[in-house]
Amino acid sequence: MPYHSVREAVAAFRRAPGLALLSATSIGLSFFVLGTFGLVTYNVDVTLRGIERRVEVVAYLRDDISAAQLELLQNDVRSFPEVEGVNHVSKFEAMRNAMQQLEEFRDVFTDLELNPLPASIEIQLRPDFRDPESVERVANLIALYPFVEDVRFGREWVDKIFQLRRLGGAVAAILGIAFAIVAILIIGTTVRMAVLARREEIIIMRLVGATDGFIRRPFLLEGFITGLVGGVLALVLTYGAHLVVDGSLIDLEWLPSLWTAGGVLAGGLLGLLASGSALRRHLVSYA
Amino acid sequence: MIKLVSVYKEYPRSGLALKNVSFHLRKGEFAFLIGPSGAGKSTVLRLIHMAERPSDGEVRVSGYSSARMKRRDIPRLRRRVGMVFQNFRLLRDRTAAENLSFALEVSGARRGDIKGRVQRLLAQVGLAARAGAYPDELSGGEQQRIAMARALIHDPVVLLADEPMGNLDERASRGVFDLIRDINSSGTAVLMATHDLELVRRYSGYRVIELSEGAVVYDSEVADAVS
Repeated sequence: MPYHSVREAVAAFRRAPGLALLSATSIGLSFFVLGTFGLVTYNVDVTLRGIERRVEVVAYLRDDISAAQLELLQNDVRSFPEVEGVNHVSKFEAMRNAMQQLEEFRDVFTDLELNPLPASIEIQLRPDFRDPESVERVANLIALYPFVEDVRFGREWVDKIFQLRRLGGAVAAILGIAFAIVAILIIGTTVRMAVLARREEIIIMRLVGATDGFIRRPFLLEGFITGLVGGVLALVLTYGAHLVVDGSLIDLEWLPSLWTAGGVLAGGLLGLLASGSALRRHLVSYA
Repeated sequence: MIKLVSVYKEYPRSGLALKNVSFHLRKGEFAFLIGPSGAGKSTVLRLIHMAERPSDGEVRVSGYSSARMKRRDIPRLRRRVGMVFQNFRLLRDRTAAENLSFALEVSGARRGDIKGRVQRLLAQVGLAARAGAYPDELSGGEQQRIAMARALIHDPVVLLADEPMGNLDERASRGVFDLIRDINSSGTAVLMATHDLELVRRYSGYRVIELSEGAVVYDSEVADAVS
């Protein structure tokens, strides 16, 4: 970046610090809204992933299943591409789990002469296959085995989680676009005002044979820096909000550094884009 | 070197500003461009400076043609064509020397060369002692000299002057005109738009091109050839 562009961009902030501060703050605030929403989206996503991990298919087995058949079933299921792991729960373990988890019925279970609970295998799915279609496909396949009595999975659960995540993604995208447009308009206006304020200089630059690129560069740099400052401001505000909420209301995870770095950089690029488009429309009039 | 060939210029609102204008200004030549206000003098200068393109016809300047020229070529052309105006167009928040160094810097001069060139230019227009003065501290004549120094930063092949003495008193005018003649005698062609017929009469040896309502109605060169 040539010396002139850097000096002029810095001079622009010095000449109109109020304007620069105003636009960086406005961008910062609109990005802050975005950051807060990103924080919420990210945490909802983390939570849903946690729940999703528990998505599993349970196949209840007939009492007369032989050890060889059980072995065959487990090996078959393990070789499904969707399956991460298989866990066998014997009749005895089922009873023990029930007695641990359902304390109120412990006496009922103890009095039983025969264990009524079936043995089962619990099938965990790989992360990519926790959507409703895959879960159902696996369940249907397992149900085909003759020594499988019944197959259960939390159908409504799986559907709901999947829909929630899709909804979250869509809302995040819409809000993201809306606030990006706000930021572009703000930076565009700032640059337009800067161009107007330096009208005479631009006319003289054209007069003495400065190239378009040379005239544009300081303004582009100014837009980039404004966007970057706005992005950093938004980051600080979002982190502040995170500190306030986390620990006092609910536990919140902070955003991954790829998100935050990407957000600040996006601010800068947005600034560049906004000043570029403001310049295209504005500089042409100064022949 | 500068050639206008059947140039027409039409504006959407005000209509036809130039009608079939043709003339040829040679290297090192001096010509007055006269005519009442609104005759199209400034339009001719703007076309030569490629601030505008003709609606029809062609403007050729030092190897560039308005018909084929790309927007990105314009800066290079402008470095060969100096221009001054009636209202000087100096940056008021910069000193005389800074006005010149700004022009040098933005048009691609090497930073190390700028200081020396500014001093030489100021000396050339007789204002070496006023380098640190702001435009508002300079007289009209001095401001126009600074503007001329700025027009000369790239040793142009032609100087376009749009009513350069329009805002100056008699004495300042004479000084500025003498400077323009000096510039011309060192080999730079000059095309000077003016409505000061007194001046044109006083320097009757120079070529005169007269515009009226957008058309060339008199060209002393053509008249001489005919007679």
